[in-house]
Amino acid sequence: MNLPLVRLLVDRLVGWLIVLCVMLAAIPVLVLLLFVVLKGLPGILTPGFFTEPPHPQGVPGGGVLNAIIGTVEIVGIASLLAVPIGALIGIFLSEYGRNQIGDTVRFISDVLTGLPSIAFGIFAYTVVVVTTHHFSALAASIALAVLMLPLILRATETALVLVPQSLREAGLAIGAPRWRVTLEIIVPAALGGIVTGALLAMARAAGETAPLLFTALGNDTVQTNPLQPMGALSLTVFRNALLPYQNVQDQAWAAALLLVIMVAATNILARIYVRRIQR
Amino acid sequence: MSRGTATERVVPTPLVATSRQRRLISGDRIFHAFAYAAAALIILIALVFVVAVVIPALPAITKFGLGFFISRTWDPVRSQFGALPAIYGTLVTSAIALVIAFPIGLGAALFLAEDARLRFLRGPLSFAIELLAGIPSVVIGLWAFFILTPLMRDNVDPFLQHTLGFLPIFHGTASGYGYLTAGLVLAIMVLPIMIALSRDVIRAVPRALREGSLALGATNAETIWSVILPYARVGITGAALLSLGRALGETIAVTMVIGNTMQISSSLFASGYTLPSVIANEFTEATGTIHLASLFYLGVVLVLITIAVNVVARLLVWRFAGSEPMVA
Amino acid sequence: MQTEIVPPTVDGADVEIKLDARRVNFFYGDFQALHDASLAVQARKITALIGPSGCGKTTFLRIFNRMHDLTPGTRATGEVLLDGHNVLSPDTDVINLRRQVGMLFQRANPFPKSIYDNVAYGPHILGWSKPQIDEIVEESLKDTGLWDEVKDRLRRSALNLSGGQQQRLCLARALAVKPEVILMDEPASALDPIATLRIEELMQELKKRYTIVIVTHNMQQSARVSDFTAFMLMNERRAGEVIEFGPTDDIFNRPKDSRTEDYITGRFG
Repeated sequence: MNLPLVRLLVDRLVGWLIVLCVMLAAIPVLVLLLFVVLKGLPGILTPGFFTEPPHPQGVPGGGVLNAIIGTVEIVGIASLLAVPIGALIGIFLSEYGRNQIGDTVRFISDVLTGLPSIAFGIFAYTVVVVTTHHFSALAASIALAVLMLPLILRATETALVLVPQSLREAGLAIGAPRWRVTLEIIVPAALGGIVTGALLAMARAAGETAPLLFTALGNDTVQTNPLQPMGALSLTVFRNALLPYQNVQDQAWAAALLLVIMVAATNILARIYVRRIQR
Repeated sequence: MSRGTATERVVPTPLVATSRQRRLISGDRIFHAFAYAAAALIILIALVFVVAVVIPALPAITKFGLGFFISRTWDPVRSQFGALPAIYGTLVTSAIALVIAFPIGLGAALFLAEDARLRFLRGPLSFAIELLAGIPSVVIGLWAFFILTPLMRDNVDPFLQHTLGFLPIFHGTASGYGYLTAGLVLAIMVLPIMIALSRDVIRAVPRALREGSLALGATNAETIWSVILPYARVGITGAALLSLGRALGETIAVTMVIGNTMQISSSLFASGYTLPSVIANEFTEATGTIHLASLFYLGVVLVLITIAVNVVARLLVWRFAGSEPMVA
Repeated sequence: MQTEIVPPTVDGADVEIKLDARRVNFFYGDFQALHDASLAVQARKITALIGPSGCGKTTFLRIFNRMHDLTPGTRATGEVLLDGHNVLSPDTDVINLRRQVGMLFQRANPFPKSIYDNVAYGPHILGWSKPQIDEIVEESLKDTGLWDEVKDRLRRSALNLSGGQQQRLCLARALAVKPEVILMDEPASALDPIATLRIEELMQELKKRYTIVIVTHNMQQSARVSDFTAFMLMNERRAGEVIEFGPTDDIFNRPKDSRTEDYITGRFG
């Protein structure tokens, strides 16, 4: 009979199609990483890459010291702002937030997560750059902090909600006030999720370019003053790609590889941390 | 309260609140206040956000009104601006991204969610997708700029022109930059979200339904087509919409390959612009207040479209998959 | 409708009532869960609350340490006197109350901290010094028979202990703040028979110094362990009531209410 055969063939075909989809889904990342490593490694291994700022255009040599310091400082300041506030909001949502205010906060958080990252740059431009008449790393940090906030807040809330209610009861039952139970028992119990959320948010922020375009602006000199324009690895990659000099383009690849390594390292760090405290 | 030594019984204090206990209780009050203050802060940030994005756009909004949306002019010299080419570019590139990422993402999600063969591949595939989700968009843009663009120009585009050149979308010369390449790049970026969300949605389909279908003698393919996909239809649409939302807002990778030309063209090989790309490219060099205000206006349009798409998408995904979707 | 409110005096001696619940009504929103429940708990004795599932035993127990404050929309009327002060009154220092009235839960819920930190947490909050805390930790662990088992691994996580050990740890944690009363909500229901027996032995030891109120669905346990027993039932409107209360021996061998007798003899529940 033909009918069963057709059905069988269709089933096989669909099976193969799915496998095809899997391969197509896996290929981009492999190809991407391959090229980034191949093209970035020479640049990273060039002496001076980590220790020198960029040379004037056309002059060979140089490095991305300015950008490394910039990324670290901008993301660092952003984290100092976003992590405590985000964690506190997460605590609010989990312990006090089953009401309309909590729902409003969650809604805002969801909306913020879906916004294009350039919108945060626009926000920081108006609020910081225009008012201070300066492009600055601080403006970029503020943009990134607002971008990170919903990620941290959600991770914190999720982690806290997962802590069983019996633990709260146990703490209260020995006569601990609520704030102590929350801070000394519940938050430590949820720390794995909170720290993971913070690390992932930091990794995300380190890779962002658009919010920095008209806030930090970029800077080819090594400087650490947050009130001045500052370079960043993502900006280096973006701008160097469009310049016609080979060594500059190589630096773009190398900076890209460095970014990927930083992001991967942060992810691995997060995983190790979770495994360690679960012991 | 008397602490007593280990062997004495502690003398209990009266149960009416004394000053020490009031301190503990006020500890609760302080904490409560801090928590609520944090909540108020984010609400405040949201309000400031709206103001910061909209107010600078007002000069352009008052000057062009809604005509902004349908005007094709972008002339800094004569201070005439219109968003249509940018909107067009945004929609076209996002559409291409979805057309490519939707089926591939769905297929990969079916693989990950089903109890299928080749189970050992599931872990590695999930890992690969998570990796992809974590790669900064500027890195993808860099790769696309140096590697993908020549590939498109030298291989893919000519092939398409050769085979399907009768279609208007494949007319014109291919430079490697343009809608098609940008759409492809967006597809790569959107793939992880599409896969992760679809996988959650498909997993939410009750096992009983699937097993019931198989028990009746239906094949895997028939079960997928007749049972799983219809059931998960709403959630999958939500996943697609969230992916769309992501594609709409992607700035950097697109800017590097779309050619940055303010025009509308029916050919996919042509260069174009997207809303975020215009802003990224022209912001620091905007000439005059109307120019800058128009860029802000583009920003407002972008934010509105993205919010709308995201809100609809989340309603769909939530109602279906039940819990918070994990979005990278 | 109750048969007994106050237990008869024992040997004519002075009876010290530690916890005195008088006509307590409890509501979850509009739903009444307890109706006119009264109980006079004698000091340094074990009082058991028995009855079929859903009759309000746990609800009643949790009123004594105001645990229901955690649930929004709950409300209690009546009085619960602890050494003369009404626990339910709004000016009660609930935090202090919970130190004086400790609780052991159905499932052991040690903090995800070390064994030492679990027991030390209560004293730490009370502001005791390190040497005092060290002393009380050792004493509490000895009181619950855990000291020898864990003294070499005090810094290890409490979650590595067995179920029975964890429950005894929770008991030590409650004892460390020197309570007057210990409430136990089916403390052995999740434990194997041997661990259960250890808990029951501990209770007999502890009642020399502490007043214990235990909720149990295990009648035999109540008969073995308690001095006084209160039998509770749900009435027609699904509110729990205390049907009969008296010395355990009387309740089990000479129940005055037919419903008590039916439950004891296993005709239902």
